[in-house]
Amino acid sequence: MRKVIIIGSGPAGYTAAIYTARAGLEPLVIASSVEAGGELMKTTEVENFPGFPEGIMGPELMDLMQKQAEKFGAEVVYDDVEDLDLSGDVKKVVLGSGREEEAETIIYATGSAYRRLGLESEDRLSGYGVSWCATCDGFFFREKTIAVVGGGDSAMEEATFLTRFADKVYVIVRRDSLRASKIMQQRAIDNPKIEFIWNAEVADIHGESAVTAVTLRNTVDGTLSELPLEGLFVAIGNDPRTHLVHSKLDLTAEGTIAVQGRTSRTSIPGVFAAGDVVDPFYRQAVTAAASGTVAALDVEHYLAAREAGAEDLVATA
Amino acid sequence: MTAQATSSQTWDADVIQAEGPVLVDFWAEWCGPCRMVSPILDQIAAENEGKITILKLNVDENPDLAMKYQITSIPAMKVFNAGQVETTIIGAKGKPALEADLAAYLA
Repeated sequence: MRKVIIIGSGPAGYTAAIYTARAGLEPLVIASSVEAGGELMKTTEVENFPGFPEGIMGPELMDLMQKQAEKFGAEVVYDDVEDLDLSGDVKKVVLGSGREEEAETIIYATGSAYRRLGLESEDRLSGYGVSWCATCDGFFFREKTIAVVGGGDSAMEEATFLTRFADKVYVIVRRDSLRASKIMQQRAIDNPKIEFIWNAEVADIHGESAVTAVTLRNTVDGTLSELPLEGLFVAIGNDPRTHLVHSKLDLTAEGTIAVQGRTSRTSIPGVFAAGDVVDPFYRQAVTAAASGTVAALDVEHYLAAREAGAEDLVATA
Repeated sequence: MTAQATSSQTWDADVIQAEGPVLVDFWAEWCGPCRMVSPILDQIAAENEGKITILKLNVDENPDLAMKYQITSIPAMKVFNAGQVETTIIGAKGKPALEADLAAYLA
């Protein structure tokens, strides 16, 4: 039986892996079969992670984090968790490959997944002109007219990135202002290929085997209008990936995993959570990394207390 | 064994005129999820020898084919049979999900 299994391979997962590995706990990181590296794999330049004044590409940063974790002895497996049993003292994990693992502690750091608009047409045209990842699919919209839905930093980043390929990028914003950071807003506003459509939401997406247009609904007066488009990128936020634990661990009102105070302790002793799956507000690579450290240290203290017989830990939150 | 590459030049012989089902894996160097799916497809091919041929097509090098088959998102996998697209799988998936999608060919 292992000391710790870390589920997730974003900044939270790998930072937890670095710390637990250095503590001699030989962590196993379940990194996901196709989404290893987390959200940063889908971004280009990361300019706000401290320590990189010239910026660093998201995938490169994650590669470095993984190497650092492996250097200290973390075992990384590219598989997914199919089933999780947190009910006993010994936590059990079953992977997609069928491999079963047991550990005294689990660090749950699965992050969050892109939020969908919730339209049937969105599902139908997913991969056929509707996308949630500009860096992944922008390449296929060369010289086309497309739109990005959203008003936060991700939407601004995606819209700006897409102007490398598209001729025209509309940004469809629900209100009359953006949530994005000032610098990202200004970059988008200054870009001649970007045009903002305010107070609008996507009511429907049209097209058979490709996107041809969207119906927009004005969020102030409800009027509908048609906008011909060849692609639609949805950048309206993320939802925490709690589907494996939502009936096992307490969740917050925002749907994230509830933790005690500033610790990573969940409602089950021995189960700790970190990263975007816990944090609905800040959701930065560096805040996720920091929470990975918190989880690793919580795991260390928990294991040490168990060994010393002091099972009843009181968090000083 | 990694899947062989096909291209615009060899497309007709490799895919259209091929005997039996051919899965074409549309990928690019800059596509992370594509690089994660490739080894999974190789495993599926190895475990199902003779049932399906798997070929890779680099969309950067062969944009004409990417456009012809209306690829707007990668990884995209298209199974060709008798020259026609029979099955399309878009997006990166784990091995169990891909095996389920390809069940008809792996039986």
